[in-house]
Amino acid sequence: MSIEMTLQRTPDGSARSLAESAARRDPRAEPAIVRVAIITLAIAFLSIFVVLPLVVVFVEAFGRGVVAYLSALADPEAWSAIRLTLGVAAVSVGTNLVFGLAAAWAITKFDFPGKTFLITLIDLPFSVSPVISGLVFVLLFGAQGFLGPWLQDHDLQILFAFPGIALATIFVTFPFVARALIPLMQEQGTQEEEAAISLGASGLQTFFRVTLPNIKWGVLYGVLLCNARAMGEFGAVSVVSGHIRGETNTMPLLVEILYNEYQMVASFAIASLLAMLALITLIAKTILERNIDGDMPHDD
Amino acid sequence: MSVLAPRRSTLPGFGLTMGLTLTWLSLIVLIPLAGLFVRSTDLSLAQFWDIVTSRRTLSALKISFGLSFAAACVNLVMGTIVVWALVRYRFPGRRLFDAIVDVPFALPTAVAGVALTALFAQKGWLGAPLAAMGIKVAFTPLGIFIAMIFIGIPFVVRTVQPVLIDLDPEIEEAAASLGASRWHIVTKVILPSLTPALLTGFALAFARAVGEYGSVIFIAGNLPNVSEIAPLLIVIRLSEFRYADATAIAVVMLVVAFVIIFAVNRLQRWAQSQAST
Repeated sequence: MSIEMTLQRTPDGSARSLAESAARRDPRAEPAIVRVAIITLAIAFLSIFVVLPLVVVFVEAFGRGVVAYLSALADPEAWSAIRLTLGVAAVSVGTNLVFGLAAAWAITKFDFPGKTFLITLIDLPFSVSPVISGLVFVLLFGAQGFLGPWLQDHDLQILFAFPGIALATIFVTFPFVARALIPLMQEQGTQEEEAAISLGASGLQTFFRVTLPNIKWGVLYGVLLCNARAMGEFGAVSVVSGHIRGETNTMPLLVEILYNEYQMVASFAIASLLAMLALITLIAKTILERNIDGDMPHDD
Repeated sequence: MSVLAPRRSTLPGFGLTMGLTLTWLSLIVLIPLAGLFVRSTDLSLAQFWDIVTSRRTLSALKISFGLSFAAACVNLVMGTIVVWALVRYRFPGRRLFDAIVDVPFALPTAVAGVALTALFAQKGWLGAPLAAMGIKVAFTPLGIFIAMIFIGIPFVVRTVQPVLIDLDPEIEEAAASLGASRWHIVTKVILPSLTPALLTGFALAFARAVGEYGSVIFIAGNLPNVSEIAPLLIVIRLSEFRYADATAIAVVMLVVAFVIIFAVNRLQRWAQSQAST
């Protein structure tokens, strides 16, 4: 906090004059030339590695004009990919929302041994390579897998179909909602819920009328990040999808297929939709973070 | 009395939510992951060793781990510079650049992959000038390195940022009033307090790069023994129905990933004990 205040005292101006005036007053400031060098390096690095790739997506997508862009998106294969992606995201977000709420309630409202270990287990999918996240389901449900023969006997299709894609996506997005809720509910404690219960409210009433209003921004935050990852997942889905055209290709998989067929406008058109999703997600995330900060109990 | 019996029992729903959590965690995460390890025991130790030390597998593992380490080093240095600029200085567009740091988290990896390839291909905006200098990026190991840097950017910045913001300014002021030079203060006072966060960010960026698939395969060239990463080799072995090979490579990668999580957890505990003293 005091860093912000120290720097806000200096008059607005170019980075150089700001740095110079601060250097004279503030014992914690670097020489002006160092400041300018660090800021330049930081901006150059982020511009080359983050801004340019984002810009190139849209430039390539509109490279042959708006008409080519729109006709690429109107393709039936594109529509089938969009529908599948939305369906998979809806299932993943729904299941992980229920799980995340249950896990956060158990972990933050009660004391029990092994809590840290449980949180580590919930985080596990974040450290597993996406390809391995797909592989584990191939080993379970594939023709040579543990359950493969049984599934075949009963004519059930999991791999190379919607259930497999949904399972792999649920796996990779598993921690998002729980991760968003645990720190928030930990800070909020249990007093409000205990008061509601002692006043005669039922468990569900307490959850919906007391807990949920307190954590609503956190829930939205978890859902937002979970959804972004679910719609954008590539490696895990690629392993279990089977790449059946018009059937099991999600949007990221279609980006790859069109790219490998040198259909650049079509590939980048789909990619541009996903890039817009990422940008909207980031803007919403920034807004939600501010709201969540307001829901965190503060000592002062 | 169950081992899991909560001490605070005025709130309802422990059994239900804990049961749901453990069941769902087991079905979606633990059993599938355990299945991978069970599958790997189909192989004898000698078979496992043969697969993992075959030339192609070994090359893929070396490429994945070596380039991930190099990329994490770049992220460590550049992440420190970026976080310093974002926290300590004011400049036009600072908040925008702060938000942009998260783009590699939010952008689907396939999109990042095709975008980086278009950018660094020989006719691309950055590829063309680099080609003029005789540097080929796309479809070489250098391309893998670039993609791994991209994917690791947020880790060092986001782990160090809160620590740098919370750093007590009085320590620096005291050191300055005792006559220490600015360089001395930064290297001997500030950097040591940031070390746990820096190492955590480094380890997370490294782990992410090792497992990364989507943003790498488009730019990599995917030439066996030269520019083929370990996750891609798993996919190739699966498409050849060589499940045992895929499983063995996956086990090696998972074990390394688990060692990294363990190290990061240790680091965080160490950082907390440092902070509380």
